[in-house]
Amino acid sequence: MSAIIEGPYMERTLVVLLEDKPGTLSHVVNLFRRRNFNIESLTVGHSETPGISRLTVVVLGDNDRIEQIIKQLRRLVNVTKVSDISDDAAVIREMTMIKVHCKPGTRSEIHDLANIYRAQIIDVALESMIIEITGTQDKVDSLIDLLRPFGIKEISRTGSMGMVRGLSGITNG
Amino acid sequence: MKLNGAQIVWECLVREGVETVFGITGGKVIPLFHEMRNYPIKQVVMRHEQAAAHAADGFARATGKVGVCIATSGPGATNLITGIANAQMDSSPIVAITGQVSVPELGTDAFQEVDITGISMPVVKHNYLITDINQLAEALRESFYIARSGRPGAVLVDIAVNVQTALTEFIYPETISLPGYKPHTRGSIRQIHQAVDMLAESDKPIIIAGRGVLVAGAQDLLCELSTRANIPVVTTLLGKSLIPDNSPLCLGMGGMHGESYTNMALQNADLILAIGSRFDDRLTSTAGTFAPKARIIHMDIEPAEIGKRIRVDLPIVGDAKDVLEKMLPLVPASSHEAWITQIESWRVDTQSREKGWQESNELVPQYVMQALSQATKGEAIVISDVGQNQMWEAQYYQHLRAGGLISSGGLGTMGFALPAAIGVAMGRSDAPVWVVAGDGGFQMTLQELATVVQEKLPIKIALLNNGFLGMVRQWQELFFDHNYEGTPLLGPDFCMLAQAYGIPGFRVESKEDVVSAIEQAIAVKGPALIDFRIEREHNVFPIVPVGKAIDEMIRRSGKGDQA
Repeated sequence: MSAIIEGPYMERTLVVLLEDKPGTLSHVVNLFRRRNFNIESLTVGHSETPGISRLTVVVLGDNDRIEQIIKQLRRLVNVTKVSDISDDAAVIREMTMIKVHCKPGTRSEIHDLANIYRAQIIDVALESMIIEITGTQDKVDSLIDLLRPFGIKEISRTGSMGMVRGLSGITNG
Repeated sequence: MKLNGAQIVWECLVREGVETVFGITGGKVIPLFHEMRNYPIKQVVMRHEQAAAHAADGFARATGKVGVCIATSGPGATNLITGIANAQMDSSPIVAITGQVSVPELGTDAFQEVDITGISMPVVKHNYLITDINQLAEALRESFYIARSGRPGAVLVDIAVNVQTALTEFIYPETISLPGYKPHTRGSIRQIHQAVDMLAESDKPIIIAGRGVLVAGAQDLLCELSTRANIPVVTTLLGKSLIPDNSPLCLGMGGMHGESYTNMALQNADLILAIGSRFDDRLTSTAGTFAPKARIIHMDIEPAEIGKRIRVDLPIVGDAKDVLEKMLPLVPASSHEAWITQIESWRVDTQSREKGWQESNELVPQYVMQALSQATKGEAIVISDVGQNQMWEAQYYQHLRAGGLISSGGLGTMGFALPAAIGVAMGRSDAPVWVVAGDGGFQMTLQELATVVQEKLPIKIALLNNGFLGMVRQWQELFFDHNYEGTPLLGPDFCMLAQAYGIPGFRVESKEDVVSAIEQAIAVKGPALIDFRIEREHNVFPIVPVGKAIDEMIRRSGKGDQA
């Protein structure tokens, strides 16, 4: 009846299963560029089924645009499943490594902060530490904010991965 | 039996029923073409790879079979891209095979190496890079299946040259396993019932028919539905000819250059049933202004088309033939008399506009198209190019043969017509084949006249020659202050050019010579070209300016009664 109305942009988390064949991942990534979508984060790895990779992609968009990108993803020949888990009861986590400057006076303070966030210190050197944290994006962001005054040297984030809670899930069956 | 990769390609093509391929050889496909001699497949040697892809596309549209084009690596492959994109945009099934540098050379910037799977990715339905001979047969089998099934499209198979010469035991894959590819062909009965209910409630229904109807072979069902329930049919450009243009229920092409009554009908309808059309912007103009009073039923085989541009009240995903077969028995007869009378009353404006050119003594394109239509009894397969010529063809050639118009709709590729016509003529000897092109587009691929002659194809060419890139000139006149930047063209003498290829050429400079020139061209046994020197600054009307609703059209020229 009327045109698609631009709605408020929201962050959506999509889980995509795809055949582990050469070029498949580029097809997926290319699609976002082609349809003018920004990827917030993207992670990919093996799934429980041999030959099937599992990708979690976080994108921004309104409902109609997200619906369109899901349909476009489903058109890809080697994509076997696409689910939007944003509204499901799902666990969404990312892992981040943060290398932060330290000196004898700040080391224990950083250690305490890491403990509060249940983060782990996985490397300690004379003037730096690497902290590994796993959690939601918000949790990671807030630890990063707290560490910033100490001087952050490097950050490496995996981007979000997601899994629906309970017995149901996104499998290749 | 051990075969080399090149033999495997031909074995697979023979099994797919391929008899003709359109190609140009080159360094990385020499082994492939070397083995062709032992197979019942003919190569049409084109003069440019873009033309090879257009020919495969034209062949596919005219026959419903998969068209095949072959090119070498590097520039051969990149030259294919426009043709591949064109086929993909218009859902035309083609398989493009390219040679690639040998596997050890891959990624080294070797001579004539490009990453054609990477380059083609956004413009194909799917593609393959074959680096292992044991993947070859399966990839080819899948390519043809993917190209022709569901919503058809273009598939590219890039084969490293050392794969073409490697040997393996040839096993043709009997089955296809593509877990991520399952076209939705069967329409939901529940939704079909809903559609029938919505039709029954409607006083002002319109059907929009697009190319998907032709792809599904559902044109007879479309006409039956339209006739039984007295629903007028608007077509897209690529939907033209699905319902005969002389049918009282045919409203012709809608959209940017749709007739005023056609667009008025769309804007005043209370129900639109779109079949195999993707609500392209040339049809709808700005999406928010389209058909404001209508509930919309969208029938398409491609789920991603539903809701892409226009909000839909009822989607039916499926093959048009399957859906219409299920739907027809449920549709009650009705007359929609008041609605049809109202639409007829809107025709008056068009009739008064038509008087302008009908009474003119100038050589106007409308008259040329009408004369061509009459001389060929509306039975020709017309391949139109892009621009003003394409719109005049769509407006004034009265198509009476389903599938009688082939054109570049989505991509709007100038230079499409002549090479596509080569593919059409190779696939269809049962109908006269006419190219309608402007002098601009024709000059983009006219090297294919050589191919026409070499293959002895009886293609007739009607050139609407105005010495301009006419559609852009029209925009410059109407919307850009008459600033004719880059649009005037100095062309060759097209008759002499045709004659240089051994093709008879006829020049027409006045209205009274039009009919006899067309008859002379028809009488020529082989190809012929007519250079119609039409009014140079003639415009296509109506025209909907950018951003306007389709009933806010400019109906006629402001400079008098030209149109």
